[in-house]
Amino acid sequence: MHRYANPKRFLEIAQPITMWTLLGGLVLVAGGLWWGLFRAPPDYLQGESVRIIYIHVPMAWLSMAGYLSCGVAAFAALVWKHPLAEVALVALAPIGAVFSALCLLTGSLWGRPTWGTYWVWDGRLTSVLVLFFLYLGIIALARGYDDPARGAKMASVLALFGLVNLPIIKFSVEWWNTLHQPASITLEGSSIDQAMLWPLLASAAGFSFLMAAATLMRMRALIAARKRSARAARLAQTA
Amino acid sequence: MKPKHQRLALAGAAVTALIVAVLLAMPAMKAGASFFYAPADLAAANVTPGQAIRLGGLVEEGSVERQPDGITIHFRVTDRLEAIPVRYAGLVPDLFREGQGVIADGSMDPDGTFAADSLLAKHDENYMPPEVADALAKAEAEAKARPVL
Repeated sequence: MHRYANPKRFLEIAQPITMWTLLGGLVLVAGGLWWGLFRAPPDYLQGESVRIIYIHVPMAWLSMAGYLSCGVAAFAALVWKHPLAEVALVALAPIGAVFSALCLLTGSLWGRPTWGTYWVWDGRLTSVLVLFFLYLGIIALARGYDDPARGAKMASVLALFGLVNLPIIKFSVEWWNTLHQPASITLEGSSIDQAMLWPLLASAAGFSFLMAAATLMRMRALIAARKRSARAARLAQTA
Repeated sequence: MKPKHQRLALAGAAVTALIVAVLLAMPAMKAGASFFYAPADLAAANVTPGQAIRLGGLVEEGSVERQPDGITIHFRVTDRLEAIPVRYAGLVPDLFREGQGVIADGSMDPDGTFAADSLLAKHDENYMPPEVADALAKAEAEAKARPVL
């Protein structure tokens, strides 16, 4: 693992992976959404509004998976001080923020016709809103210090402690009475009909690839920016 | 111990302790963190008449009665353990129907009826096309109609 923590080796591998994940993601998202929005059947109760799950559920899964990755990166950054781990955390946070915001937004638009309200303060909705704020906190801390190393360290500490929110999101619908329904897809199987499940999985796989591609692009850009400022500092010293 | 190992132990212990604490504490907060009372919780909850609460459960099959004024409905909310009569005047959500989940905002009357000011429909975790739902309903009806030997 330490072998790949070297930024130079990372860049060699990241470049082709960015291309393939981006292409694969675009194809899968386009296919999954076309299948879900135009070919899949409506729901027996919700009618056509069920189609928002092809965006909402991937966003929900990936905003949590993204946060888990932030936590792992923060752990590696704090314990082993891998420069790449810091870069990964800072690169991933805004993408996770966008995904969780889209999860909240699409859920809210679905909630109005289904539940009869855009928003309630139940355990699931509130904990996902906290997830969004945690992402914003990581972004703010990473940028909030004159010394970027100090900012990344503070952001890592927050990301690590924020991990505690993930089991709360996951189990909120089981521990407490909530308006949000419990999970449909569990280890025991799925209570979503096959005709809706497959387009959902295709779209979720596609959005995962897109998240990976966007993260790799941001990581490469951040590494390039660090190199540039290091060179500028070197030049300023010699001049 | 090298500083690296010290940091590993510290960060690992902190994260583990935090997660374990949450896993232990959160389920115990059921009363405080829940969005609504189920009918069976209500007796134990010591709710006084007039206190603003939410009551949630399933709309009991066959319990919905439209009143002659055309706007008031009476129904019972059940969690299969207890059922509580509810009175509500107003528009019901699209998904409001017998056998489906509902959350009512309101307060208890002294006579034990829940006076609802607003209703939210609760959706369950099942998603299926209308044909599948029809087929399921038909199979269930046939199973009921078949004489038990």
